[in-house]
Amino acid sequence: MDLVQLQRQLVDYRTSLYHEGFLDEQFTQLQELQDENNPDFVVEVVSLYFEDSERLLNELSKALEQQIIDFKRIDAHVHQLKGSSSSIGAQRVQKLCIVFRNYCEAQNVEGCLKCLQQVKHEYSIVKTKLESMFQLERQILNAGGSVPV
Amino acid sequence: MNWFINGEFKDPKAGLLGDSGDKMWFKCWDEISNLSFKIHHQYYQFIGSKKVCKSWWRKLLFSWIIGWTLASVSIFCYMSSLATEKRKETLSSMCDERARMLQDQFNVSMNHIQAMSILISTFHHGKTPSAIDQETFARYTEQTAFERPLTSGVAYAVRVLHSEREQFERQQGWTIKRMYTLEPSRIQEEYAPVIFAQDIVSHVVSLDMLSGKEDRENVLIARRSGKGVLTAPFRLLKTNRLGVILTFAVYKRDLPSNATPNERIQATDGYLGGVFDIESLVEKLLHQLSSKQTILVNVFDTSNQSYPISMYGSNASNDGLEHVSHLNFGDPFRKHEMRCRFKQKPPWPWVAITTSIFILVIALLVGHIFHATVNRIAKVEDDCHKMMELKKQAEAADIAKSQFLATVSHEIRTPMNGVLGMLDMLMDTNLDVTQLDYVRTAQASGKALVALINEVLDQAKIESGKLELEEVQFDLRAVLDDVLSLFSGKSQDKGVELAVYISDRVPEMLIGDPGRFRQIITNLMGNSIKFTEKGHILVTVHLVEEVIDSIEVETEASSKNTLSGFPVADRRQSWKGFRTFGQEEPVHPFSDSINLIVSVEDTGLGIPSEAQPRVFTPFMQVDPSISRTHGGTGIGLSISKCLVGLMNGEIGFVSIPKIGSTFTFTAVFASCSSSSKEYKSQQINSQSNTVSSEFHGMRALVMDPRPVRAKVSRYHIQRLGIHVEVISDWKQGLSIINKGDSAIHMVLIEQEVWDRDLNCSDLFINKLEKIGHGTPPKVLLLSNSVNSSSGNVTTGACDLSIVSKPLRASMLAASLQRAMGIGSKGNPRNGELPSMSLRNLLLGRKILIVDDNNVNLKVAAGALKKYGADVVSATRGSEAIDLLTPPHQFDACFMDIQMPEMDGFEATRRIRDMEHNINNRIQFGELSVDAYNNVSNWHVPILAMTADVIQATHEQCQRCGMDGYVSKPFEAEQLYREVLRFFQ
Repeated sequence: MDLVQLQRQLVDYRTSLYHEGFLDEQFTQLQELQDENNPDFVVEVVSLYFEDSERLLNELSKALEQQIIDFKRIDAHVHQLKGSSSSIGAQRVQKLCIVFRNYCEAQNVEGCLKCLQQVKHEYSIVKTKLESMFQLERQILNAGGSVPV
Repeated sequence: MNWFINGEFKDPKAGLLGDSGDKMWFKCWDEISNLSFKIHHQYYQFIGSKKVCKSWWRKLLFSWIIGWTLASVSIFCYMSSLATEKRKETLSSMCDERARMLQDQFNVSMNHIQAMSILISTFHHGKTPSAIDQETFARYTEQTAFERPLTSGVAYAVRVLHSEREQFERQQGWTIKRMYTLEPSRIQEEYAPVIFAQDIVSHVVSLDMLSGKEDRENVLIARRSGKGVLTAPFRLLKTNRLGVILTFAVYKRDLPSNATPNERIQATDGYLGGVFDIESLVEKLLHQLSSKQTILVNVFDTSNQSYPISMYGSNASNDGLEHVSHLNFGDPFRKHEMRCRFKQKPPWPWVAITTSIFILVIALLVGHIFHATVNRIAKVEDDCHKMMELKKQAEAADIAKSQFLATVSHEIRTPMNGVLGMLDMLMDTNLDVTQLDYVRTAQASGKALVALINEVLDQAKIESGKLELEEVQFDLRAVLDDVLSLFSGKSQDKGVELAVYISDRVPEMLIGDPGRFRQIITNLMGNSIKFTEKGHILVTVHLVEEVIDSIEVETEASSKNTLSGFPVADRRQSWKGFRTFGQEEPVHPFSDSINLIVSVEDTGLGIPSEAQPRVFTPFMQVDPSISRTHGGTGIGLSISKCLVGLMNGEIGFVSIPKIGSTFTFTAVFASCSSSSKEYKSQQINSQSNTVSSEFHGMRALVMDPRPVRAKVSRYHIQRLGIHVEVISDWKQGLSIINKGDSAIHMVLIEQEVWDRDLNCSDLFINKLEKIGHGTPPKVLLLSNSVNSSSGNVTTGACDLSIVSKPLRASMLAASLQRAMGIGSKGNPRNGELPSMSLRNLLLGRKILIVDDNNVNLKVAAGALKKYGADVVSATRGSEAIDLLTPPHQFDACFMDIQMPEMDGFEATRRIRDMEHNINNRIQFGELSVDAYNNVSNWHVPILAMTADVIQATHEQCQRCGMDGYVSKPFEAEQLYREVLRFFQ
């Protein structure tokens, strides 16, 4: 595929991510932190985020299956998830986490379960989107071009 | 309260009462002072438990009332007994007196009768024949009756034996008769017929005294004892009044005093008897004493104890007081006594009654006062407790309110920023006109909402006293230029002239809070511009000292001589009430503080006089329609007032409807000459200073007939280092230019002047061009109109550069640069400044980041690494403590607050404790400084990383020893600000 077309596709894709609210300016800042000394910074951080989030989501599922639900622990996990989501700019996940925490505070099991489902859903979307974006970037790099900022 | 009890008890003790009373008082006093001491003791002991205290007080009150009631009763008894005693004494003395007199008078009569017995024994029995006959006796006794005032009659009976009866009867010529019956006496052993009698009792002559029972006894006793003998009282024959008869025996010879009764009987010759009328006797006596009214006298014969015989006085039984005096009438066989009573019942003891009631009333009053006081104290204590509770609640509510406001406004601002940003982006897309209009409206509303939220937040902060002013160095002129540019668009739209004038004496740099100062000015100017449709808005800044003794202000005040020619409200009125001006001395001329007085003058609607008093009340607008036509919340002035207060200033205003308003405030700033090094200077607006050098030393003419406007123009031009001369008309201008001793580089002409006479202006331009001193001066037009705000306008024959008002240094400089052809050098972009500086600050610094969230950790590390910092990461508080145990190489630490196991606050607290401990030990030489990198005072800057930046968190950060906080994710500007404090 044409390099220029790829680059344009990437930019459009990225813009759509912003516009649809999957990402916010924090992701931009993240990208700004990436430079020659640290060429894979964004990918590193985001993979770390994926790793972390999957662990947390598993923990959350387990915790919510328990007979006696430890809301404190769940809250701590959700807090973590919220923190890391806001750090990479995954704002939809972050906002859901806020709702989740409210349910947690109210000790509303049903709400928590519903939220967990939504968070998982959102997370999987943002993961797919980010991964396809990275895919595009890799293609551009492989084609010998540079990733437009 | 003790003094009160003391005083209360001393008084009655000191006065009023006698000995017995004193004792009682002492006892009472002791008891009660004991009690009061106890109560005091109890009171303080149980001051916490009100119930016990209350019951104690009730007991005390009860015993107090009982005690005093008893006391007053006993006082009453005591006093009435005193009165009775006195009465008794009076009675007894009166009674005794009467008895004594009665006795004396009686004795006098008795003595006389005795004397008469001697007379009879001498002249009747001693002489033969007798020298006395009935006639002589009667006459004699009649004539000497005055000597026996109490006797009603005297008679003499002679002793006649039966053997002598016949001879005697013959001799006398009558027979001896029996008493009462008046029959001739029966044969007796002896007789005692009366031979002589006073005329009053002459009927008793010839009666045998021995025939009457009473008389016989009397006679027998009298002759046996040789003394005067009294009969029991009996009714007298004729008068039927009570009387007694005194009988004396007359003997043949003088008998020795120890003669036996028999000898006496043998020697008896006769018997002398006197009738005493006791009733009249006593009556006479009482008449003499003339106090019959007060006492009642009874005289009794009490020879027979069980049946006392009344001799005088009524038998009216009176249970009252009675005194008995014994009477001695010289008869040993008879006893008499006098009984006296008061006629009236004893009067009510009013003194005692009133005294005791008085005391009781006083005691009750005192008791009432105690009671009231105690109740009052209890009530006040209760109220106090309640108030404390309420105060706590109110404070809690207040804190909650400000927290709530802070949180809510924070929460609202965040999404609002999103909304505004999106709207911005939306405006950049392809929209048709209607859509664009909708978006603009939405954006304007959003901005208004954010502004409102900011204002509400400010108000909340001010109310909770959490608003603190910054102390930074700033350029006042730059701040005002900023504000001016903010409003310039609006003012040009409206055609209102906007101007700022700052006195030369105001220093370049001041230390204070530029943001808040700006806020005040913005509020005032915002209001002015809202309500001004024509004319001008003028901001002037002076030193207070300058204004106090300024003549300039005086002359300026004439109504026509204003910026735009419209009349204005006299601004001197607006600071009439200021404290600063009331002081005699102009405020500390030698201290560092700089007192500014700022006036914002407009020619707007003015404030109706009825609304003027509530101008500074929050949310108060002149009337509700205002907010519909002009918008705004009405909170701005109230905030301004608070802010001015925080700057140690005052705010005031004067407003004339339809003419305009002038708001004036004072503010105290520090001068930065002395300690400028300590303050970080603001990074804003350095352009004007850089530009000014280009124009330095140039000369300019300002042509403006209106002095105030000319002054403003001159001020702004002079700021660029240009020498300015003000002229009022064309001629003057030409003459100055023609003189040509120094080159005039530019001529600035007010558009008003220019437009007034276009011919003249053309002429002027032409003449200017003909003058041949090198380059002719550039002509610039000072214009207020919006349509010619940029670029050159061809007016008449030549090109003129337009300088659009409001004048401010940067704008003016740019216009002049364009006109004079001086190229402007590219200024560095403002936004790059913090990140570049951050790099300088952070390069090579060793920084520890603590966060339990790996992603966050990585991002934060990445951000700091970007600025060249050497970053070490830790995921737990305990790890951080280990790493930060001195000695270490870290320059700073960024710590997440919410972490499992140990949160950021706790970790910081422990690190601070540890540092403190080591510092102390180094100081006392327990540890050598060498082992700690020669650092004797360990304090690693710890900054909190937190997602929510509300006030409470900030305070908590400070409390546990953190040095500041940065929001997560990092924001270059804030990071720069915080980091700057440690790395310099």
